[in-house]
Amino acid sequence: MNPQTKKMYVSETVASLKPSGIRRFFDLASSLDGVISLGVGEPDFVTSWSIREASILSLEQGYTSYTANAGLLELRQEIAAYLRRKFHVEYRPETEILVTVGASQAIDLALRAIVNPGDEVIVVEPSFVAYEPLVVLAGGTPVIVHASGADGFQLMPAHIERAITERTKAVIICSPNNPTGTVLSPAELKALARLAEKHDLLVIADEIYAELTYEGEHTSIAAVPGMRERTILISGFSKGFAMTGWRLGFAAAPEELLQAMLKIHQYAMMCAPTMAQYGALEALRNGEHEVEQMRNSYRRRRNYFVASLNEIGLPCHLPGGAFYAFPSIRHTGLTSEQFAERLLLEEKVAVVPGNVFGTSGEGYIRCSYASSLEQLQEAIKRMKRFLERL
Amino acid sequence: MKLSDKELEIIEILEKDARTPIDVLAKMIDLPVEETEALVHKLEEANVIVQYTTLVDWRKVDGHEGVTAMIDVKVTPKRGVGFDEVAERIYRFPEVKSVYLMSGAYDLSVVIEGRSMAEVAQFVSEKLSTLDSVISTTTHFILKKYKHDGTIFDKGDQDRRIVVAP
Repeated sequence: MNPQTKKMYVSETVASLKPSGIRRFFDLASSLDGVISLGVGEPDFVTSWSIREASILSLEQGYTSYTANAGLLELRQEIAAYLRRKFHVEYRPETEILVTVGASQAIDLALRAIVNPGDEVIVVEPSFVAYEPLVVLAGGTPVIVHASGADGFQLMPAHIERAITERTKAVIICSPNNPTGTVLSPAELKALARLAEKHDLLVIADEIYAELTYEGEHTSIAAVPGMRERTILISGFSKGFAMTGWRLGFAAAPEELLQAMLKIHQYAMMCAPTMAQYGALEALRNGEHEVEQMRNSYRRRRNYFVASLNEIGLPCHLPGGAFYAFPSIRHTGLTSEQFAERLLLEEKVAVVPGNVFGTSGEGYIRCSYASSLEQLQEAIKRMKRFLERL
Repeated sequence: MKLSDKELEIIEILEKDARTPIDVLAKMIDLPVEETEALVHKLEEANVIVQYTTLVDWRKVDGHEGVTAMIDVKVTPKRGVGFDEVAERIYRFPEVKSVYLMSGAYDLSVVIEGRSMAEVAQFVSEKLSTLDSVISTTTHFILKKYKHDGTIFDKGDQDRRIVVAP
């Protein structure tokens, strides 16, 4: 018998997953006082009152039972209208839209719905930490393609094409990107679309930051001609509507794919929380103005923060979306982890080391600028002091 | 006066925090400091930016005495000058903090600050009611200020986010 009981009970797949690199930092940062945290991957706004109030009202009126597995039909209709209005894509609310517990669940469902054992899924790093483990949990093999900081972390279709094999089932993209803030241009999306068609691939498009696009409009890959049929579009309310804790996202996909996701969802989850769905309904009906105000506020803070980073000697491209700056720290001679740990201990500024998001993130740190302007100014002051001491 | 996008942004930022340092403001709107300064100056000159003030929570100040009243005033408008003449007669009093022309049941909404209710009452009966055009007044004393000009006095929204998250 194996004396290590953990190995006995926990599945080999789960045991093989790396623990999230963020965890250690979280523990360290939480143990210190007076920390300015630029490590948070969520808005600094509290959900707008009209959304909270609508959800409270739904509770007062007793809407506390399950909804349809796919979510309230009213909400799916609003999501369809929203996707048409903002991103010029058409989905049928009855059969092609699924309300999920956060965009994270939608990504999990998408992968589980399409991956056969041994299928390969291409993940472009640096990326959100969940893609790779979710591919593994779905029984697939993640194939990592590295975006390069030298190219502003743009998608390199040629690199992706080199990674494609007969087993490749799908590519996961995230634009605007966490952690780099990079927005994929329509030209890149078109190039990716050509690859998908040529090699018969699906694209899982994580567009959770779509509302936080600062230069021009967000382009969904589903809107690229020919791509609607091979895209699983994933988004949600967490970032744009400042509703992270509500855990509410959605997926839109052609009927065959969406119904497969729904099949898993109805066994594994039943439905997304009802009171959160009522909040989301209000968000889509009346929330646009507040989203715009938040977007303006992030854009101004981005401008300030990125200009300041470059000024104090941390080269950083101007991110087109999300609320992250991803400056290079390579010239300091420190690794991302060393830099982040020393910055935290010596100046009490928490950032996330870039390698957490994949090896191509090494040499970078992720700083969220979803903090008050006062905090950002103080953080810049401390980082400047830190750099001068190095 | 038609404002540019940058000028509108300056106003939006300064309206929330008039003490935003000029270098920070310049970075936020992505313009050089000198150019930003020039735009602010232009907006000040044109009286688009009229004044920079401070919002004070006087309840926190020990020994501060003062009352604020909102007074609904019905008046008879005058031929040729409408409500403007009587409004001017009212807003020139220093104890009058604001005067608005209103639609609805009364004409002018007048906000008055005084050291005591008696002082406000005296102003209303001696100065306001006695004006020729004034037909009637209804005085409402403010008991507590919860929110003023978009700012909530007791801020309950502290940052509840966890320190590091993906």
